[in-house]
Amino acid sequence: MSADVVVRVERVSKKFCRDLKRSLWYGVKDTAADLIGGRSSNGLRPDEFWALDGISLELARGECLGLIGRNGAGKTTLLKMLNGLIKPDTGRIELTGRVGALISLGAGFNPILTGRENIYVNGAVLGLTKKEIDSKLAEIVDFAEIDDFIDTPVQSYSSGMQVRLGFAVATVMQPDVLLLDEVLAVGDVAFRAKCYERLARMRDRAAFILVSHDTDQIARVCSKVLVLDLGRERHLGDVGEGIRVYHELSRPRDHTSSHEQSAEGTIASIDRCDDTVADGGLFTFSLSLELPEPVNVADVRVIFWGDDGLPALDAYTRTQGSSLRLEEGISVITLAVGPLRLKRGGYTVSIALLNRANNLHLYWGDRIRTVDVDGPMTGAVPYTPPICVSVDRSDVG
Amino acid sequence: MRDDPLTVYTPESPLRQPAKFVRDMIADLLASRELAWRLFVRDLSAQHRNSVLGYLWVFLPPLVASLPFVYLHSTGVVRMGDTPIPYAAYAMVGTIIWQTFVEALNSPLRTVNAARSMLTRINFPREAILLSGLMQVGFAFVVRLVLLIAVFVAFAVEPAATAPLFFVGMLSVVATGFMVGLILTPFGILYSDVPHSLPIASTFLMLLSPVVYPTPASGVAAIVSSFNPLTPLITTTREWLTTGHAAHLGGFILVSAMTVTFLVFGWVAYRLALPHLITRLGN
Repeated sequence: MSADVVVRVERVSKKFCRDLKRSLWYGVKDTAADLIGGRSSNGLRPDEFWALDGISLELARGECLGLIGRNGAGKTTLLKMLNGLIKPDTGRIELTGRVGALISLGAGFNPILTGRENIYVNGAVLGLTKKEIDSKLAEIVDFAEIDDFIDTPVQSYSSGMQVRLGFAVATVMQPDVLLLDEVLAVGDVAFRAKCYERLARMRDRAAFILVSHDTDQIARVCSKVLVLDLGRERHLGDVGEGIRVYHELSRPRDHTSSHEQSAEGTIASIDRCDDTVADGGLFTFSLSLELPEPVNVADVRVIFWGDDGLPALDAYTRTQGSSLRLEEGISVITLAVGPLRLKRGGYTVSIALLNRANNLHLYWGDRIRTVDVDGPMTGAVPYTPPICVSVDRSDVG
Repeated sequence: MRDDPLTVYTPESPLRQPAKFVRDMIADLLASRELAWRLFVRDLSAQHRNSVLGYLWVFLPPLVASLPFVYLHSTGVVRMGDTPIPYAAYAMVGTIIWQTFVEALNSPLRTVNAARSMLTRINFPREAILLSGLMQVGFAFVVRLVLLIAVFVAFAVEPAATAPLFFVGMLSVVATGFMVGLILTPFGILYSDVPHSLPIASTFLMLLSPVVYPTPASGVAAIVSSFNPLTPLITTTREWLTTGHAAHLGGFILVSAMTVTFLVFGWVAYRLALPHLITRLGN
């Protein structure tokens, strides 16, 4: 084993059972098999499925692995195996040094006890001696920002305070391997920034594995990415490519929420719709429309939705001082939105055609298509406009 | 470069490496003392902080449990047989021994169940939970000792010269209850049938065992009691305190030896079972 590899996972699998009664019985059988020193079968028993299937990876000190995948992909299962909470069904896991895990903050907190008492209990749970906690108490209290509440029962803490206390206790133990399961999603912005700063300082000594649904966080912090899909590895390695694969997986497989309707007597059909747009390119779309009577002032509105379900772009002819005049019979409406300066990812498109006189929809296509935009990989928000920078040297005489 | 310990997880049974398994058991037991103490103090202070009667709750169960028998005996409704010391003191010693046994019996399952959320999220020496439960049992016994002394003084009962052996007897009583509870724990975590049946079984067992009556000399009760492994435990422990004449000493030694054997088995099973139990519990 090379000197600085601290996490080694070889073809690790884990099976779970869908049926509760069976699952409990398998639990009894597996325990009995361990007791007689034998092994339970390697294959799947009735109602079982692979929650993780043949996962391998290696991680060295200073590296940070981002673990991404949809709900139920097996991320937490992998973390729990790495933390030794559950056993793998196949394969082998090797860890070097002290392993710290933040699978859940504040596990072991007793609400009736004070913050100070809970620090000692939680510290002991994580393997710290009383002496170690004594010497770190001030640092913990300071980091968690709870000085005034240290002798108050934890049940009167806000959830943010509990999270801060849990993170502060867990990170003073200076692990060689740190497992983080979506814990940084809680807490306010300022505290999250503080957490990242602390993680960055620990980074040269430790290897991290970070589970998150926030791809920006992953892109900012991680040096490689493992994408899981239903227990299988979809990608291991480059962060940018991993995030792309993850977005592909996250895209709704069918447009169940899509909805299309036209005003009475109006027939509309989509002729063409871009499904990919380059960074800074135009999104173009055309629609055939057959109207029973003319419409003097019609507006077009296009909305892009990000994969978080929030609007990323809203283009509306009315707010831009333009409109269409439509005659009776068939017309073809063509539109172009752009140049698009959006974060890379898939966007769902809604298109509306409105009669300005009564504000009724002539055509309404809600989330009818998906468009891949090939923009910059990261961005706190979808909008990523170009930026120009220059330096002036005013001191040069 | 530091000499960092290497941790390996594989599907194989840890019993395939018996030497390492035993080393880990002992290391974890030693490492869990500090945490066990913390958990014990935590549970104790939390238990009584939001209670009006507070530590009175430790006294009440054996007191209330023995009162009906004292009442039945004194009114002559039920004859409990001849006791070497006043019946009230006799019944009190019996119920205190019994309550401690029942608490030890329930302790592993109760503490492991209470620590579920910790077990599924944090890796720590799993023995700490068991140890903290034992500390609770011991604490409750010490508090009841005060009650026992009060009763002995009130009835002017003189303890026998063998009274210090009473604590050896109690150790065996606690170990036996704890051993049975520990072996039941893996099933009890998975199936609620176990926690449901434990209180029923212990009430039933109490009436079958010579807790509030002396060992029957003849009849069906004598046969039942001679096959009941709890008989030598309870009577010997009580006799060491009261009369000094232990009639079932051989049985006591036999049961204690079996308890030690099965206690080790229960501990091994507990360690092996936990990862499988956590798998089945989910979050």
